[in-house]
Amino acid sequence: MRNPKRAEKIAFFFLFLATLLIVVPVGLIVVIIIQKGSPAINWQFLTDIPRQGMRAGGILPAIVGTVYLVLGAIIFALPIGVLSAVYLSEYAKDNFLTRIIKLAIINLAGVPSVVYGLFGLALFVVFFRFGASILSGSLTLGIMILPIIITTSREALESVPYSFREVSRSLGASKWQSISSIVLPNAISGILTGTILGLGRAAGETAPILFTVAAFYLPQLPSSIFHQAMALPYHLYVISTQVPNVDEKIRYGTALVLLALVLFMNLVAIIIRYKFRKKKKW
Amino acid sequence: MVKFSIRALNIWFDAVHALKNVTMDITANEVLSIIGPANSGKTAFLRMLNRLNELSENFRMSGEVKLSRGNIKDMDTELLRKRVGMVFALPLPLPLSIFGNVAYGIKMHGIKNEKRQREIIKQALKQAYLWEEVKDRLDESAFKLSGGQQQRLCIARTLALKPDVILFDEPCSGLDPISTAKVEEAMLRLKTDYTIVLVTNNVKQAARVGDKTAFFLSGELVEIDKTDKIFTTPTDKRTDGYIRGKFG
Repeated sequence: MRNPKRAEKIAFFFLFLATLLIVVPVGLIVVIIIQKGSPAINWQFLTDIPRQGMRAGGILPAIVGTVYLVLGAIIFALPIGVLSAVYLSEYAKDNFLTRIIKLAIINLAGVPSVVYGLFGLALFVVFFRFGASILSGSLTLGIMILPIIITTSREALESVPYSFREVSRSLGASKWQSISSIVLPNAISGILTGTILGLGRAAGETAPILFTVAAFYLPQLPSSIFHQAMALPYHLYVISTQVPNVDEKIRYGTALVLLALVLFMNLVAIIIRYKFRKKKKW
Repeated sequence: MVKFSIRALNIWFDAVHALKNVTMDITANEVLSIIGPANSGKTAFLRMLNRLNELSENFRMSGEVKLSRGNIKDMDTELLRKRVGMVFALPLPLPLSIFGNVAYGIKMHGIKNEKRQREIIKQALKQAYLWEEVKDRLDESAFKLSGGQQQRLCIARTLALKPDVILFDEPCSGLDPISTAKVEEAMLRLKTDYTIVLVTNNVKQAARVGDKTAFFLSGELVEIDKTDKIFTTPTDKRTDGYIRGKFG
């Protein structure tokens, strides 16, 4: 390349184009969903049960079901994920076995979600006899997002400078004291980023809940974690493919609610993360 | 009175023989300076005294190190490190407030009473000549202090634990001459109450503050003697060469 200015322009063009190619479809999806879905959004849609074979009424049972499932998955996966990340990055010796385990966990994040669904069916629904229930669904989703939480938590822990640990130990703090009072507080914002990613994935997946919890139609809200529940992604699948003559705006309205719900939950996590970042002293 | 007695100490990191058969005593209430070129084993020796080397998985040792007649191998590491404090080469405050940094060690050793903490912290900061500069902003982040102040904060943090011995690992390598002078002044006053071991790359600093000086070369202790003797009539030719700046 003789002319560095021309090279600069060409590089800029392609970098910009690549970004544009990502931004435009995402923007379009959001715009289309809002445009087609917003006419369906009203008080009844958000607070009523589905009526007339899901062609009218609201989607409250699906909203509540998804909230329960996501919260259940996080309650299960966050503590276990963070604790095992602490073990892997702080305690486990760096040997062949540890490296294999770390690699396996990263790869688990790429396993298709339907495989988790079948696994949940075999383990929780059948073997533990939890049946198709919120408990089984939450645990399945939790196992699905564990690799995401472990991997991001490990990265967050490893980004805390080693010198902090050394200084803490040199002041006579034990290993666990150093981790709990210095390392973890400084890794929390990274851990929450992983949680946000996991949360979005858990809310949006259909396959893992298909065999473990999702109900085609329930006229009432679930009252126990051993009950089945409706969930937004599965409901969306049902009204889009299984029930004929559902008004388009109800389908897009359901998608919009799912999108808004995930966004809202992310927002809560982002606010918590921001609070922790402000407390950070370096 | 002998504080540390080191006998036939060898240290390895994997296959690297970092310290070779070192035998020496460290006298109480003196400043012992350790000089030597890079990779001479000075820092490995220093980190042996509070067993900080053991944080590395590839560390091995032989020989024995006794602190006031007790073998440090048999001591609880947390209690040993409380007795043998350390100040690192770069100022390394913890990501906490100024107060939080000085309070960290004593909190970890179970002093929860805030009034008691405040007394200890005030005293430690005064001993490190930092109190006047920070007394009105104890809740600010320690990272807002200047480099020299941060290093004195690290000294105060160590003093708050009321140790017997303080290890300094090239404490002035990142500081300007004025901050260096302040840290040296603090060291000289501290030796009445503490035993000080100072690793330094600065030969002149060793001459200024050391009662005794030890010269390490390639993992061997070449010579240890009174500082005056080392700097005027050293026994070993290599010591003479190093302090005259012929190598290293």
